[in-house]
Amino acid sequence: MKTYQKLIVSLFLSSALAGCSMFGGGEETAGEGMNGGASTNGVDDGSNYSGHPLDNPSSPLSTKVIYFAFDSSAVEPQYEAVLAAHGAYLAANTDVSVFVEGHADERGTREYNVALSEKRAKTVQNLLSLQGASGNQTEAVAMGEEKPVAVGHDESAWHLNRRVELIYPAH
Amino acid sequence: MQRVIKSALILSIMFSFSAFSAALKIEITQGISSAQPITVVPFSSVQIVGGLPVDIAQVVSDDLARSGRFKSLSRLDMLSKPSTAEQVNFRNWQALGQDNLVIGKIVPDANGMLLVQFQLFDVYKGEQLTGFSIPASRSGLRGVAHRISDLIYEKLTGQKGAFSTRMAYITSMREANGKTEYKIQVADADGYGAKTIVTSSEPLMSPSWSPRGDKLSYVSYEGRRSSIYTQTLRTGQREKLRSFKGINGAPSWSPDGSQLALTLSKDGSADIYIYNVITRSFRRLTRSYAIDTEPDWSPDGRQIIFTSDRGGKPQIYKISANGGQAGRVTFEGSYNARASYSPDGKNITMVHRVNGQYRIATLDLKTGFTNILTDGRLDESPSYAPNGSMILYSTNDGLKSILAAVSSDGKVRQKLRLQGGEVREPAWSPYKAR
Repeated sequence: MKTYQKLIVSLFLSSALAGCSMFGGGEETAGEGMNGGASTNGVDDGSNYSGHPLDNPSSPLSTKVIYFAFDSSAVEPQYEAVLAAHGAYLAANTDVSVFVEGHADERGTREYNVALSEKRAKTVQNLLSLQGASGNQTEAVAMGEEKPVAVGHDESAWHLNRRVELIYPAH
Repeated sequence: MQRVIKSALILSIMFSFSAFSAALKIEITQGISSAQPITVVPFSSVQIVGGLPVDIAQVVSDDLARSGRFKSLSRLDMLSKPSTAEQVNFRNWQALGQDNLVIGKIVPDANGMLLVQFQLFDVYKGEQLTGFSIPASRSGLRGVAHRISDLIYEKLTGQKGAFSTRMAYITSMREANGKTEYKIQVADADGYGAKTIVTSSEPLMSPSWSPRGDKLSYVSYEGRRSSIYTQTLRTGQREKLRSFKGINGAPSWSPDGSQLALTLSKDGSADIYIYNVITRSFRRLTRSYAIDTEPDWSPDGRQIIFTSDRGGKPQIYKISANGGQAGRVTFEGSYNARASYSPDGKNITMVHRVNGQYRIATLDLKTGFTNILTDGRLDESPSYAPNGSMILYSTNDGLKSILAAVSSDGKVRQKLRLQGGEVREPAWSPYKAR
């Protein structure tokens, strides 16, 4: 929810800025838009969320897919909080288990990509266990390039396919 | 991919199946001008009541043209259509620039079966090079046609023909409900007679033929986890290998059929193991913290080549099938993977990255010369014909993955378009056990 509103704010901002340049700049034509954006700040921070914690849109737990650089199994810094939250969640809920499913983009050979996707899954698995998730709560699955989410043969599809998905089967 | 044709030969051969089966189009995208001109005259079947389901001469003519070694004369250019030696006027065929001529006929034999007779002539010498009478059933006519192609090919090139072989490959089709259906199919080497041997809603991959061509091992993700299965083609019965936590992948039959090399990650990272088919036991072959996968046996069964990123980037390594120290095989380029030996063991074919493009290449193991054979962006899964003449692989054609073949010297290239879905991971069968 919060992210959604931030997005709206930034949309307002960008359209306002676009307006600026379009109308010759310098004048306060954008003021109204900026005020409108600012007025929505701070509303509903998600604290009254009543659904399942894994679905709470204002919690990092709601993020269940993380993405990787080409031919890399290193977790990017922006996903560290996400994996820390999932690890802590598993540590606090020892009856919950998760499939850590690694994927690769289509470039390169298929079985090598299976192994590469397993490396990604195992990196994530290790980060979850660092937060206290036990080994029998997580299972790494290596899907290689066999299940792309995006079709297409360029980076716009490839970056979506180089991923690890956290799949809670009971959820 | 539709590259400018360098030489004279462009052949577009259209095949059409019966109404309910898929259409297949084979298009030779690059040929060589040194191809030998040959005429295969339509075989006479005047003595057969009701006609025949297969145009044998057409199958033979298409087989020979597909090899890239021959240029088949179009029927429209044939001035006569002899079916006996007495009817042949060699000077007419010499005038048409033909080196060789094939004639034949199909006659009923005493037991209600058919007899296919053919003769191969040297047009300039005016003499017969070979001739056979082959008994056949109506349903076996296509197989007989491929055998005739094999006999002609061997007579004229000195190399055994591979037209009577088959191929296995994976197809996937995204359905309207968003799910994907995966299949393994087995078809004749020219793409005809495709039969589905397994269907799944989860990925299927890495088909590997047993050396006798009677079984196929493959990887299936049914039930979310990967497992290796071995399926007997004649019966459709299959057996699941004992599977382990993590990767169960990349099966590859040993030349004597007693073992499978495969990839497991049960002990940490992906490593090569040897599975003994008789004792059903596993033996670990590689021990590295890196990825080791995609094993393939040398034809003498002594060596195994595999892909490893132990040096930082995927390259091909070689190890004795008994274990020991692995040695690096590829040095050119920053990505070499999924290698397999040529049938004579002198070369390997592999996926080789050049300028960010993934292409099929061969490496001469003696000279170390790397020859890039294809020009696609995402070419993969090279598989040698059992006579080493051609390499099947998969390539992207527009948005779709299709099968293609290239001669092992890179001079002749063709696309095989099977209708519907993505087609990939071709595996060329060994010679049929006779």
